[in-house]
Amino acid sequence: MTPLAAGTPTRPCRSCLRRSWLIARLSGHIELAWSARRGSAGLLALDDQALIVSLAGDRLAVVAAEYERFDDDATRSRCATSGVTALCSCDARYPVQLHDLPDPPAVLYVRGDLGRFERAIAADRVAMVGARRATEYGLQQARGIGRGLAAAGLTVVSGMALGVDAAAHVGALDARGLTIAVLACGPEQAYPASKRHLHARIVASGAVISELPPGTPVRRWAFPARNRIIAALAQATVVVEAGERSGSLITAGQAADLGREVAAVPGLVTAPLAAGTNALIADGAQLIRGPHDVLELLFGAAALTLLPATPDERVVGLEPDLRALLERVGGGCDTVAALASSGTDVDAVLAGLAQLELRGLVRRGPGGRYTATA
Amino acid sequence: MLARVVTFAIDGIDPRPVWVEVDIRPGLPTFRVVGLADAAVREARERVRAAILNSDFEFPARRITANLAPADLRKIGPGFDAALAVGLLAASGQCSVDALDRWAVFGELSLTGTVRPCRGVLAVAEGARRAGVAGLVVPRERAGEAALVDGLEVAGVDDLRGIAALLNGGEVPPPPVPAPASPAAAVQDAPDLADVRGHELPLRALEIAAAGGHNLLLEGPPGSGKTMLARRLPALLPSLTRAEALEVTRIYSVAGIGHSGGLAVSRPFRAPHHTVSPAGLVGGGRPPAAGEATFAHHGVLFLDELSEFSRPSLEALRQPIEDGEVVIVRGQQALRFPTRFTLVAATNPCPCGFAGSERACRCGEHELARHRRRLSGPLLDRIDLLVTVARPSAVALADPPTTSSEAVRQRVLAARERQSARLAGTAVHTNAQLDARLLRAHVQLGATARRTLAQAYDRGGLSARGHDRVLRVARTIADLADRDAVELGDVLQALALRTRETNDDAVAA
Repeated sequence: MTPLAAGTPTRPCRSCLRRSWLIARLSGHIELAWSARRGSAGLLALDDQALIVSLAGDRLAVVAAEYERFDDDATRSRCATSGVTALCSCDARYPVQLHDLPDPPAVLYVRGDLGRFERAIAADRVAMVGARRATEYGLQQARGIGRGLAAAGLTVVSGMALGVDAAAHVGALDARGLTIAVLACGPEQAYPASKRHLHARIVASGAVISELPPGTPVRRWAFPARNRIIAALAQATVVVEAGERSGSLITAGQAADLGREVAAVPGLVTAPLAAGTNALIADGAQLIRGPHDVLELLFGAAALTLLPATPDERVVGLEPDLRALLERVGGGCDTVAALASSGTDVDAVLAGLAQLELRGLVRRGPGGRYTATA
Repeated sequence: MLARVVTFAIDGIDPRPVWVEVDIRPGLPTFRVVGLADAAVREARERVRAAILNSDFEFPARRITANLAPADLRKIGPGFDAALAVGLLAASGQCSVDALDRWAVFGELSLTGTVRPCRGVLAVAEGARRAGVAGLVVPRERAGEAALVDGLEVAGVDDLRGIAALLNGGEVPPPPVPAPASPAAAVQDAPDLADVRGHELPLRALEIAAAGGHNLLLEGPPGSGKTMLARRLPALLPSLTRAEALEVTRIYSVAGIGHSGGLAVSRPFRAPHHTVSPAGLVGGGRPPAAGEATFAHHGVLFLDELSEFSRPSLEALRQPIEDGEVVIVRGQQALRFPTRFTLVAATNPCPCGFAGSERACRCGEHELARHRRRLSGPLLDRIDLLVTVARPSAVALADPPTTSSEAVRQRVLAARERQSARLAGTAVHTNAQLDARLLRAHVQLGATARRTLAQAYDRGGLSARGHDRVLRVARTIADLADRDAVELGDVLQALALRTRETNDDAVAA
């Protein structure tokens, strides 16, 4: 977090800061317009004056006066106190991909190390989105693909929502890779609140960003708006689980409109949460069976070399008996009963699993089933 | 003329001496009972009058006042009938006053003068011995129960005339035989671990729970065998000592449930339904009565479908688990009910019950999170062991038995002996009761074990309380292995027996 020096008046510039302040100021009005089904997609493309006139209603004079008196230094110091860096669209470090949008955010507020954010943007980026109420299958796929892509040096972009989004971030973090979370509120807040530990992890080893200034509360209209940022930042958007009318499909549509690749993980044709993803595949989205399919989509067949061929150094250093146990977990012996029934005694199995879990090589899911993560 | 008879009131499950004083003097014929008596005791006047007349005694047509002392103790139930009648007979010169110094009297009267059996005779007998009374007169059906108490002369009587004859120097009936316990039947009936197949993890957890007195949560889909496993825990515990058996028998005698008068032989197993009220679970009501937690004293309290219990009920369990007793305050009195039990709770892994099993789970992360929230909190903080019960595979079902209850019990007994030797001179007996100070004194970890535990703690998967629980369980695992030192393997096993799922939000190591 780089507090901005008071002596640099141009970056972030006053007009960009004022633009993002205005959107946050009118957030409630946008919400009303959005709820009334007038749609918000076009709204963010309006210029400042048009925005005030079309949205402020009877508060027009008040908002216009506040707009004239806008104090950009207040926003700057607010950013500094909440550890947020503001990158305005005139800034060279502003992600160029966002200019593909008809309504690019005027300012990106970045919580987390700015240098790391720049590295994350400079790398190849894949967006992963999906259902909040995901199944264990969806969560496993999201984690596995997130981990594989991050291990191959890609940046995983998602929205930190419950379910698939969070699992994708966790996968990337587990591989010690880079990940960017795009929020629908100020980037210093953890939304949803139950993901505050994840928020802290991403801030510490990735970046949490938003187009809304610190302190802006969450509004419903802001979710599709943040989805457009996710779609624009990434070269490809992978949908992991989505129902028939899922918000993830909006992101996929936005990605397609921007000319980005769209891909989806298939599910059972009878599963409600696979209806959206299977439909995407039927419409021509790339079918994804694992991280290698995403890499192939982006870089062609040669890309498979990107996946680390040498095993994880954590696995190489394992004691022989732990390694054997890990292999058996990977081979489908996933419960203590199954592992203990073939000779090894329960004590040794329990102790071994605890050690593997502590080293992050296995994780315990519902039903006490272990899965290998390396 | 004045007569005084010793009897006993039951306060919670504790006997309290009560002196029934009967005064008869000239005046208009009345019969008053004073001294904080409840409705059943006030009704005693009618029963006493009829019983005296039907036993061919004379009911004095004078001013009769009976006082139950001490006046500040609430007297509950019909057990004072016999003492009131005897006091009245003695005060009117129809039986000997002197014998009342030797004998305490306890029993309910019927209108015919028969002495009816009533609840809590064992508690009364214990109270009589403690109060230094030489003998106790009780209904004949309950004499065997009273005879369980050593050093007390017990006379079982049939009716009021029998009591009067005894007090007037008549022949004391032959001492009753202590009510028989039937250990053989109890042991045969107890389900055995030899019937269990393919449950290696929960079996290990049951053994550790039995050895260290740890509370246990079993999580698994419907039909995976959670209840079956929980029912096998009492047979793994050491046999009741005589003092414990008397205490258990007394609780059941006072409550008048499932009780033949004999000494309890097996440890109680209570499985209240999840609709139980807080008062039903921990005791309460008016007059205050013991709840399931007390009925499970020295045994096992099994809460099936833990997430279905109401929050107030589960909250109410905190004190009994923590303190080993429930204190119920009603008006000016505070009643204590003992509640030292091992808690076994069972729950489905998710609302539909099939998360992580072969059948597809239909719950989303939302429902799972809500389910987990219902289970979290203060009660879970007091459960040392959390294990998953999976449906055993068909192959495992055909396997030979892996162990038997008796084999496990021998290891449990040895581990318990190690604990009592180590904890001699402290107020606690099992590892589950170790507080932070005792843990520091009795669990010394090697450098690797300490580092591993610190790593688990730093990863955020372990709370401060969870840290202590791991140490307690590790201590028991070492005790089961007959070792003084707690080793790395013990700590690792304890860790594996704690968390349910890897915590994604934990900060990576």
